[in-house]
Amino acid sequence: MSEKTPSLGLLFLLAVLAAFPLLSPGAFAYDLAIRCMINGVIVIGLNLLFGYTGQISLGHAGFVGLGAYISAILTACFGWPPVFALLVGAVATASLAFVIARPILALKGHHLAMATLGLGIIITIVLNNEMDYTGGSDGMSVPTFSVGYWTLSGDRGWYLLLSACLLATVMAALNLVNSPAGRALQAIHGSEIAARVAGVDVTGVKVKIFVLSAVIASVMGSLEAHYLEFITPETAGFGRSITLMTMVVVGGMSSVGGSLVGAVLLTLLPQALTSLEGGETIAFGLILVVTMIFLPNGLVPAIRDRFARQRP
Amino acid sequence: MAQLVQFLLAGLTVGSTYALAAVGYTLVYSASGMINFAQGEFIMLGAMSASALVAAGMPLLPALLIAIVFTTLVGIALAKLAIEPARNASIVSLIIITLGAGQVIRGAVQLMLGKGNHALPGLSGDQPLSVFGAALAPQAIWIMAVTLVIVVGLMVYFSTTMHGKALLATSHNRLAAQLVGVNTMGILIFSFALSAALGGIGGVLLAPLTFTSYDAGTMLGLKGFVAAALGGLGSAPGAIVGGIALGVIESLTAAYVSSSYKDAMAFVLVILVFLVAPQGLFGAKTTDRV
Repeated sequence: MSEKTPSLGLLFLLAVLAAFPLLSPGAFAYDLAIRCMINGVIVIGLNLLFGYTGQISLGHAGFVGLGAYISAILTACFGWPPVFALLVGAVATASLAFVIARPILALKGHHLAMATLGLGIIITIVLNNEMDYTGGSDGMSVPTFSVGYWTLSGDRGWYLLLSACLLATVMAALNLVNSPAGRALQAIHGSEIAARVAGVDVTGVKVKIFVLSAVIASVMGSLEAHYLEFITPETAGFGRSITLMTMVVVGGMSSVGGSLVGAVLLTLLPQALTSLEGGETIAFGLILVVTMIFLPNGLVPAIRDRFARQRP
Repeated sequence: MAQLVQFLLAGLTVGSTYALAAVGYTLVYSASGMINFAQGEFIMLGAMSASALVAAGMPLLPALLIAIVFTTLVGIALAKLAIEPARNASIVSLIIITLGAGQVIRGAVQLMLGKGNHALPGLSGDQPLSVFGAALAPQAIWIMAVTLVIVVGLMVYFSTTMHGKALLATSHNRLAAQLVGVNTMGILIFSFALSAALGGIGGVLLAPLTFTSYDAGTMLGLKGFVAAALGGLGSAPGAIVGGIALGVIESLTAAYVSSSYKDAMAFVLVILVFLVAPQGLFGAKTTDRV
């Protein structure tokens, strides 16, 4: 999906989302599609932070885990309604992200990578150790998602809900990146000093986009927890953070469509490699290295540039 | 008192391995200004290949040597195959490349040697020594001694040999070093080889104290990076001080605060240090070029 013709890309996405249920897919295909969409939304959020604004985050799964566990604990241990729990998770994650954003985003390069990575790991350690609530490394089960007396169940229901989430996120993201605020993000990526000179409130913008991407991750984490009905600290783990990062890098930095392509490719890839113990890790690593060397901007921008060059 | 000595000794031992890992980071950072996020996997690779060789019936010393040489070769391969083709890429791209390479090493070890824990015998038995009433594994003395020798060796190398000075020159200004005839790519590959060798040495020394497994490298590598960052990126004495400080703080946290949160300490510490003094304890103050 090219950012210059967002309406075409949106129509294509809408067509794909509408066509999928018509193929009468089985439970397995629905499950994969739902996982792709969950990752897709998270990766769009991460791409806004990393691809567009250039702020690396190696701990993004930590925010997914926060949302997932706050939802899980409030609904399972305290009997809260899932929607309230989801909102509380989002607010709590937003608050945490807001508090740490200012100091952490003042860092650059290796320091930022290390600080975000450390943050993710601290969250994982807390989840592993607070056994009374989280069940430790064995994980915990989560109630189904319900609003009042209506319970969301079945693949079709989840498919519809996540399609709506995905469409809303894509539309909002495209709207954002094509707005003056979006150009401010890319200006920061290009050169913070130049952006500041041009009148961009660099720190403010970075904090906002960090909080936004954290909240997106948290909400998706909550939904994922209710969808899977079981979560472990792996949800928030370093491996997941690397996977999310790989999705951004492979699909395309600074590209909403690329985020989706990356999320779909790398959600499906492990399914093809499950027979090979360790094969998934090798494949992810190789893909990261090869993409960074040959397509530093990712698949979708590379294809887009090729087409753009061919036009007279 | 004996208890405190025990905790301090434990911290010193673990800290020495963090220091070895940190020196590995420091070398690559000095030569190229980049952080090799695969450094922890070198440690794991050294330990795992040594334990596989010993399990296959090879005597201990040759097994350790082959494991270290093998790890060094993997380091050279990483520099040649993944870093050299992308040498003009941004820092973030290089971070991702080394992260990816680390995943490849980890996956390959998992594929070849499985998920289980592997043991490696120590260099001089397991009979603990008594120091001021506290027990000290003989392997711990080996670790501290080797770390000390390596650091002194590196300092001599940096300050007296032409090659060491070329490496320092490259770290200060790559272009200027190139202009006066330094083969900066050769320096980069050499630094990867040396840091992989250090990782391998750290791995074969540490494995007898703990068990080792395919996923042991990530945490060790991160701790090593934290140690390097605490001491100041690019400073060899800083890496030592950072490593030992981290080991001791962890050990005291485990003893007096909470053993399950000792691993979190490193990351809390690194974030705090970044916020107060991003250049670490011994690192040079840097300024951004516009």
